[in-house]
Amino acid sequence: MTGQYPNGYGHSMNKLVILGAGTAGTMLSNTLRRALDSDWSITVIDQDDNHQYQPGFLFVPFGKMAPKRLIRSRRGLIPDGVDFRQRAVAKVHPQRNLVELADGDEVEYDWLIIASGCTPRPEGMPGLTDDRVWQESAFDFYTLDGATKLRDAMSAFEGGRVLVHISEMPIKCPVAPLEFAFLADDYFRKRRIRHKVDITYVTPLDGAFTKPVASSKLGGLLEDRSIRVQTDFAVESVDPEQRTLNSYDGRALPFDLLVTVPVNMGAQFVIDSGLGDDLGYVPVDKHTLRADAHDNIFVVGDAANVPTSKAGAVAHFEVEMFTDNFLAAVQGKPLPNRFDGHANCFVEAGRGQALLLDFNYDTEPLTGVFPAPVFGPMKLLGLSRINHLGKLAFEHIYWNMLMKGRRLPVPTEMSMRGKVPAGEEN
Amino acid sequence: MPTNTIDQFTFEVNDEGFLTDRNQWSKELCEVLAELVGIEHLTPEHWATIEFMRDDSAKSGVTPTLRRMQTVGGFDVRELYQLFPGKPVKKMAYLSGLPKPVGCV
Ligand SMILES: Cc1cc2nc3c(=O)[nH]c(=O)nc-3n(C[C@H](O)[C@H](O)[C@H](O)COP(=O)(O)OP(=O)(O)OC[C@H]3O[C@@H](n4cnc5c(N)ncnc54)[C@H](O)[C@@H]3O)c2cc1C
Repeated sequence: MTGQYPNGYGHSMNKLVILGAGTAGTMLSNTLRRALDSDWSITVIDQDDNHQYQPGFLFVPFGKMAPKRLIRSRRGLIPDGVDFRQRAVAKVHPQRNLVELADGDEVEYDWLIIASGCTPRPEGMPGLTDDRVWQESAFDFYTLDGATKLRDAMSAFEGGRVLVHISEMPIKCPVAPLEFAFLADDYFRKRRIRHKVDITYVTPLDGAFTKPVASSKLGGLLEDRSIRVQTDFAVESVDPEQRTLNSYDGRALPFDLLVTVPVNMGAQFVIDSGLGDDLGYVPVDKHTLRADAHDNIFVVGDAANVPTSKAGAVAHFEVEMFTDNFLAAVQGKPLPNRFDGHANCFVEAGRGQALLLDFNYDTEPLTGVFPAPVFGPMKLLGLSRINHLGKLAFEHIYWNMLMKGRRLPVPTEMSMRGKVPAGEEN
Repeated sequence: MPTNTIDQFTFEVNDEGFLTDRNQWSKELCEVLAELVGIEHLTPEHWATIEFMRDDSAKSGVTPTLRRMQTVGGFDVRELYQLFPGKPVKKMAYLSGLPKPVGCV
């Protein structure tokens, strides 16, 4: 079914094409198939059939999750009535409402949703992918392959200088590198070699996190765990000979193990189509996700340039508000819902504990109790065992509720009920 | 919003001292601000970066990042560090009367 057939009344079917069947694309396929009439065809295109649970990548290097467990078939998560095509997208031609595939085929659309996410680009940092260091002593864990190779290096590591490093913002799941540092502290402690390991957290920001209040809480936690911090680090290169990480202001940090998060960029086809900004993110209205340049293109998930965290939880909140907006848009009506940038994320802190952050475009991370009856109350921004369990429960929720487009018992818009803006407790 | 007065200049700033209204900026004010961040004399190289920042942000609505200074502006990042020691983007934004670039979330 390609939707080229007239529907009996002389006009052809409405064609929606979704690029990417990851977190956002899969949720959208499910919610929009239910919401749209049968005179709509929905096509979703992805380059492979391996849907990866990316939040699990964090646990792979520590041997806490097996790589295989994190992969499922994309096709199996796409509902009946949606045409899944396993193809690579080469370009979008917005003037012609056409998607060009890598094999030269073309797919027409009336409405397009770009959900192609972002990926780490290690080749963007001079020296990093040099054979002498890359996946020998320098790793990234933002791909399953990288996380798996890092696991082997971690288990062979007997001591020395470890750098946990972020190249440049934005990155998806901006707390993941911090969590990595906490888990590494835990891991080496359990292996009884913590005293032989020097862990430094290296960030381009002026503190541990982008939001000031969370930054000071998380910074305190780093200190508690004897993790050093280097801030304002604008990375220039890796020196593969000396094994140092070098910054523009002349710092050279030696390493025995470098765990870096390379610059994260939008999909190459977005850049090649001229639809992206400097980093390949599509400029959109931050409240409606409609592409600034084209009324019939929306962008959901990490692919958009919205100023909030790039996270699966954010993609979920976006999808919840998006469905009604899309139905209005196709009828030429004003869009009823506005996305407020709502993000929440569990921050794994090691030692069986985690914290929960909750914020939006305008509000600093909140403290209080998270109103989610399925998990029971969790303290926002507080360290607790229950938050740790919440983090682990997320995997189950991801596959069984989020991907199927079921509503979570969490409001899309941020509720202030039971929450105290951080910094204002007592 | 606090108001700042230096010499004959009066302008609104945020709590970190960045101008909140780009229209209250002038070259003369810029020279005064430069001294405050330890730059005694603004050379043509300094002015080139400030002009780029102001032009680019007028079009895009946001303060350019270091990456954009490099890829779109064609500036050499090492040189920017020499011109504005320490935290070049923050200093350039400050002197250009623009908000600190969002490090993003
Ligand atoms: C280490 C790590 C930890 C994380 N932890 C958390 C967490 O704890 N909580 C949380 O909420 N989020 C977390 N995230 C973030 C979360 O995984 C992402 O934000 C989310 O998956 C984004 O969804 P998306 O649909 O926008 O992009 P993706 O899920 O990445 O999907 C994009 C899809 O587009 C496809 N695509 C790209 N280019 C093409 C092309 N040319 N042709 C065809 N298809 C293409 C890709 O194959 C991919 O399937 C984490 C991420 C990482 C890496």
